[in-house]
Amino acid sequence: MIDKTVASLETAVAGIHDGATVMIGGFGTAGQPTELIDALIAQGARDLTIVNNNAGNGTTGLAALLQARRVRKIICSFPRQSDSQVFDALYRAGEIELELVPQGNLAARIEAAGAGLGAIFTPTGYGTLLAEGKETREINGRHFVLEYPIAADFALIKAQRGDRWGNLVYRKAARNFGPIMAMAARSTIAQVHEVVALGELDPETIITPGIFVQCVVPIKTAPEVAA
Amino acid sequence: MNRLSRDQIAARVAHDIPEGAYVNLGIGLPTRVANYLPAEREIFLHSENGLLGMGPAPAPGAEDPELINAGKEPVTLLAGGSFFHHGDSFAMMRGGHLDICVLGAFQVSRRGDLANWHTGAPGAIPAVGGAMDLALGAKQVFVMMELLSKTGESKLVEQCTYPLTGIACVDRVYSDLAVIDITPEALLVREMVEGLSLDELQRLTGLPLRALA
Repeated sequence: MIDKTVASLETAVAGIHDGATVMIGGFGTAGQPTELIDALIAQGARDLTIVNNNAGNGTTGLAALLQARRVRKIICSFPRQSDSQVFDALYRAGEIELELVPQGNLAARIEAAGAGLGAIFTPTGYGTLLAEGKETREINGRHFVLEYPIAADFALIKAQRGDRWGNLVYRKAARNFGPIMAMAARSTIAQVHEVVALGELDPETIITPGIFVQCVVPIKTAPEVAA
Repeated sequence: MNRLSRDQIAARVAHDIPEGAYVNLGIGLPTRVANYLPAEREIFLHSENGLLGMGPAPAPGAEDPELINAGKEPVTLLAGGSFFHHGDSFAMMRGGHLDICVLGAFQVSRRGDLANWHTGAPGAIPAVGGAMDLALGAKQVFVMMELLSKTGESKLVEQCTYPLTGIACVDRVYSDLAVIDITPEALLVREMVEGLSLDELQRLTGLPLRALA
């Protein structure tokens, strides 16, 4: 019997090695797999490259991982926010490397990795600082920039419900990067509010098919997101 | 001269958004446009984090941390609204599916180049988010801004001095002094506030302007 569920967060993140590239889902704190991040901090892997839309909010979740000095480099689109003080301090001190990627290119590069593409031509960023030194091409009268896929060793994502085959459904705007990161990582670890029996998720509405998910761990979430 | 307030600019933009339009309102000033969309018009608001059919802010106490907009503020979803992942959300922009996007700006050049993501100041931490995708991803890109900076310099310029967000992407500027179309041929002034002349507007911007015939 195939059972991708594990009982503990500790078991879920046990295999994450030093130097790994780890995608972390979420847009701000919506969809952020906070419990998995806490488990990763406790697990101790260091020298990580993190892929996320932001660079941490406040002092918990991704910000706490940065604060614990476990991250060598972050690939993101929007690091500077009103509550990104942890990242800001590390960046100003030269203690973290930043690869800034326009948000749509971040999504497209992640999707390209998941889909097995060698590269993409994107119009976004053409003629700007963020395309400096990059190969460009004119196609049908429009200008495009060559961008390479972003793949990862691990993805940590948050979903609402999952089953033992790894099928997932999400909740509201917490879906954001979850489905595409699940496709782009060699090993995807999903924390879910609830593990349900096989067949209970309507196959017509499964958002992430289980082939993209290697591990499902149930966690207790706040009551306001139980619906 | 009767300068428009920021809310009056937002109302002016809202006036031009037609029934049935798929619209993205950028973070900051443009989000105010939503407050002035006429209730009788069905307009689809897109939020880059994965919402279509975004509704207004929830009643106090009804906020949901997993139902937020691009500015990470709590919002609601209208009946008929939908959720989708980031790949689809940015395909809606990049793929040219949105009708209108409304953005703020530091500078707009006479050929429609946009600068709105980075001052380029030494020590500034750059953050771009969806700005570059939005700049080129809608059929029409509207900018709303005050026409003059705090120090009185025109933000409509011959050539942007701030780092660019996109090239030749802005179609129209809504400002506190005038509404100006950017076309390959000329800058066309659609309307000006009461008491402002075309000559005075040209003097303020330092750019050749033409009144819309």
